[in-house]
Parts: sequence; C-alpha cells; structure tokens
Amino acid sequence: MPADSGSVITPELVVLDLIAADRKDATRQLAERLAAAGRVTDLEGFLADVAAREEQMPTGIEGGIGIPHARSAHVTEATLGFARSAAGVDYGAPDGPAHLIFLIAAPDGGGSEHMTILAKLARKLVHVSFKQSLLSAASASDVASIVNSEVMGR
Amino acid sequence: MRFVAVTSCPTGIAHTYMAAEALEQAARAAGHEIEVETQGAAGSDPIDSSVIAAADAVIFAADVEVRDRERFAGKPLVSASVKRAVNDAPGMIVDAERAALSQPAHAAVLAEAASVVNPPSVSRSTSGSAVAGAGGKLRQWLMTGVSYMIPFVAAGGILIALAFMIGGAVVATKVNGGTFHGHTYPGVTDVSKLLEQSGYAGVLFKIGATAFSMLVPILAGYIAFAIADRPGLVPGVVGGLLASAVGAGFLGGLVAGLLAGGVVSVIKRQNVPKAFRGVMPVVIIPLVSTLIVGVIMLVVVGKPVASAQTHLTSWLSSLSGTSAVLLGLLLGAMMAFDMGGPVNKVAYTFAVGTLASGQPSSAMAAVMAAGMVPPLGLALATVLRPKLWTHAEREAGEAAWLLGASFITEGAIPFAAADPLRVIPSIMAGSAATGALSMAFDATSRAPHGGIWVVGLIGKPVLYLLAIAIGVGISACCLLVAKSLGRSKVAVEQIDSTASASSSSPSLVKAGV
Repeated sequence: MPADSGSVITPELVVLDLIAADRKDATRQLAERLAAAGRVTDLEGFLADVAAREEQMPTGIEGGIGIPHARSAHVTEATLGFARSAAGVDYGAPDGPAHLIFLIAAPDGGGSEHMTILAKLARKLVHVSFKQSLLSAASASDVASIVNSEVMGR
Repeated sequence: MRFVAVTSCPTGIAHTYMAAEALEQAARAAGHEIEVETQGAAGSDPIDSSVIAAADAVIFAADVEVRDRERFAGKPLVSASVKRAVNDAPGMIVDAERAALSQPAHAAVLAEAASVVNPPSVSRSTSGSAVAGAGGKLRQWLMTGVSYMIPFVAAGGILIALAFMIGGAVVATKVNGGTFHGHTYPGVTDVSKLLEQSGYAGVLFKIGATAFSMLVPILAGYIAFAIADRPGLVPGVVGGLLASAVGAGFLGGLVAGLLAGGVVSVIKRQNVPKAFRGVMPVVIIPLVSTLIVGVIMLVVVGKPVASAQTHLTSWLSSLSGTSAVLLGLLLGAMMAFDMGGPVNKVAYTFAVGTLASGQPSSAMAAVMAAGMVPPLGLALATVLRPKLWTHAEREAGEAAWLLGASFITEGAIPFAAADPLRVIPSIMAGSAATGALSMAFDATSRAPHGGIWVVGLIGKPVLYLLAIAIGVGISACCLLVAKSLGRSKVAVEQIDSTASASSSSPSLVKAGV
C-alpha cells in the first residue's frame, strides 16, 4: 500500500440510503464519492471502464448484491464504494435487485498488495454474516470500520 | 472427498475470489476437502501437483481459459461459469461428488470441457444456465490450438529466413526443385545428400520447412485437444495432416480440429456396454474418431477444394489480359485469404507460371509483395496497440517482422486462426492494395520467393517497397479498427493474460474478448 493510503473504504465513500433510477445512476453516485475523495482522477473515464465490464456480464450476485467493478487507469488506490438501497437496484442478478452495492475500483496495473486487499474483500462478500452486518450497520462510519476490520484486520 | 478447483473471471478482482470462497465454504459444509487456485489479478499460486494427483474431482469455475489445464488431465471434471460457483457453490460440489463417483480418478478417459462429463448418466445440469457462451468457447478452442502452433511458426519461419540470409533465396529452389532466375534445379530427392547438394543453408531450410509442415496438424490437433482433451489429439492431428494433404491449408485445419473435437465429444457421450468401456479410451475412441474425421477430410473436403482451385485458376487466366491493376488487386487479396491454403496457392502458382518464360514478371512481384504484407501488418499492429493482443500474439508479432520480410506469409496464421473474422478481411485489404499498387507501379520480379532478400532481382525496387509499405499500413489500420470493434478495454486487458472469452458473448465476433 502506498504511504498516503489507509483504508479501502472511508465513511465518505458510504451511501446508506441510496435512491437511484437504475444501475448506471447508482454506480455514478458511488463513483462521484470516489472522485470527490481523490481516489478516482477521471470520473467519466472510470465510469466508462466500469460500464465496459458491466456489459460483458452483469455483476449482480444472488442474494441482493451488485458488484460493479473495474481495473482502471483513473484509479489511484484500491477502493471500495458502498451503497445500501432499500428499494433495490437491478444489477442483472437472476433473483432480483441488489440492496447492497459494492463499487470496487482497482488501479490499472496496481501492485499485488492492492489486488490482495480486493481479493480479500471479494471473499468476504459471500459470507452471510458479513452481508448481515452491513445490512444492519447504523452509520457510514460503522460500515467503514466493519469493512476495514474484516478486510485489513484493523 | 478431496477436490481441487480453479476460479477465474474477466477482470480478476471480484468473481474469481467470491467463487473461491463460496466453493471452499460449500465443500467444507459438505464434509469435503478442497483447494482452490484463484487465477486472478492478485496472482495465483498453482496447486501442488501432489494435491491434484490425490483429488477425486476437479472443478473449474472459469469464464476465461484455465491456465495450464493440462495439469488436471484425466480427472473427473465439473466445469461452469464463475457465476454459477458464486450463486450455487453447493450445487457444483454435488456435481463434483457425482462426477467423482461415476468416473474413477485414475480412468484414462479425460473429462470434457463442457460440463459434468462422461459417462452420460451424470446430471448435465451444470451446462444449463452457466456454461460459457458458444462464441466464447469457440475462441478458447481456437486460442489453444494457436498457442501450441506459434512456436512452430517462429522456429520454422526464422530457420527459413536464416537459410535465405545465408544461402540466398535460391536455396528453397535448390531443395525443392524448380526454376529460379532462369536456372532449373532438380531438387534434393535424397535427404542424406542434402548438405552436399544445398549446403548448410539447405539444411536450415529443410528443418524450417519441416517445422512448417506441422503447423496445420498441430493447430488442428490442439483445437481438438481443447474441445475433447487427450482423446481429441489423434483425430485432430491426423485430420490436420489430411487437411494439408488435400491442400486445404489452415482453414482446413480449423475445420479438422473442430470436427475432431466434436466427434470425440459425441463418441464419449455414447453409453457403451460395460465390456467395451475399458478399451474406449485406448482403442475405440481413437479408431472411430480418426476414421470419421479422416473420411470427411479426404472425401468431403478434398474434392471441393480441388475443384474450387481449378475454377479459380482458369478464372485468373481469363483475367490476365484485362486490367493489370485489377489482377494485382485480386492476386493480393487471394494471397492473404488463407496464407498457404488453397486460394493462396492458386495465386502463387499462377504467378510462378508467369515466370516460366524467363522474363521478369509483374504478377510475381505483385504476389510476393502482397504475401509479405500480412505478417508485417500484424507485426506493426501489435507494436502500435499492444493491449489489443494477447501475450502470445505479441511474441508472434516480433517474429512476424522477419517472416513477413522474407515472404513467409505463414507468419500471419496464428493471428488469423485465433480470430479469422477480424484478421483475414483486414490483411486482405492491405495485401490487395499492395498487389494493385505493385502492378500500377509496374514493378517486376525474377525470383519466385525470398522477400527483401531478393530485392536485387526486383524491377523498380523503390516503388515496390513503397507498395509494400502502403499495404502494411492499411492492414495495420484495418486490424486495429477491427480488433477494437465490439470489445471493451477491460475485455482486452483480460485476454492479455489469459487469451479467452467472456461467458455471455453470443457470437464469435463479440466473443473476441
């Protein structure tokens, strides 16, 4: 990890009550948070990379999860944006809309530390307890600390 | 039970790991041991071969080709898209249990790529929703064949080019016989006299030419191998040899390989009496599949190819009095169409025929120039936009400079075989332009081969080289445009490492990811 980075997620990267028209809108709202935090340098470029990945195969996972993601030259460090949507956003999963949305941003050609963190995160996504704790988290900072402690052990 | 699994996905940052975790959880919950190899962006630790050897079944949850899948040869296999493992890992574990029970791990019959395999009593439910799309599969098969073929192209092509450099392009004629710049050579009929009659250059040429004779058999064999694993190799290689024998070229090899893989897959699915099961992999499958593929290649493919060649030849002859530029355009396009295949041969033979009078030939110049363009155009394209090409293709691109310059059009075959719909039209455009320009410039050649090594025998060499350069530029531009069509940046990144396909691509064109 570069010295200036701390966590894959911070409270500003969390949207607890997302209201989005569709998956594009949802992804954009999260990407804007990443851009505001300086972790994405070119919002449109990054969104294009995410959309390209999404076109290959929808990223919805059964159990109400959407994981838009991309490796992109416009990402400065491995980052997670998180949104919770009560209404749900369709990410193309066969069993319905996603209530938990994870925008995973990986730097292009990023070192393996970046990728290892994201790999750990991806592994957590299939744990029911992890999903449950995110669904019931009371605040953005709770979400950030849950993720960081699970993924980075702190 | 003990399982091993490989997970991989296009981007390599999410599904690969989710699938791995889900499979580990599901296996443990069912009381099994599992080791998962994640072929993702964080790098992968290969599973120890002793662990693979001890495994009862193999699970592939992959949307891109599993790297080094030979390691798992002979194991009962369950294969599905990475998404299925994420969504339904317990179901895949159940399939793996069934596969392991119905097919002992030591059986020589190899698991087939599509799904839970052999024998057919196993549920094929895995293939339902989640197996990689047909176009994606096709591309995986072709890429496997191509990846095994590339070293043959490089080794053979560079040896031939070296032979030209050392002994002059005449060495090919010395070895094979024929006429070169007015001299007629008998050719070397007794290989033991190769060194005396054609020198060290002749030896290099012969070795290179022999490596080249394996291009189509290796391509066909390993396409079939990718489809049907080891049992596919025999009908594939034999089908490829027969494709060469009937003059069907690498396109014939593609047909032979796909056919062989398909035939073996069908045979493996037959429910045979128990008494025969033991000899299925060693005797029945090789025998029957090779017979079927061989008969089809010789009887069904051979004749139409030959009669098409006859018609093309007489059509070309009828054109030779009309517009020279049009003739050059056609000859150029034909040279690039199948690179050593039947259409290419018609154009080349036509041009060599015009040399027979002993006069410098403008058709020969056009054909040679056009034949140099495809490898050069591809080499240029791999340099201009490396990201559009797989690692193996970029390496083939480095050798392609030398092969193209030496008029070894075969240097383009790996690219064309991997992605014919994009590559062939692109290189045809460049070669057609070069053929037409060479004619328009009235360049001539007195040598039947040799590329830039015989530039001394070219009339109007500067304009001739200009015609080549323009064609190379056109080919490279067309290639870059074609390769960018229908694919995204992310998609290209992933083929970079794995050369394979996304699961949901509905067609070959779109599946070039």
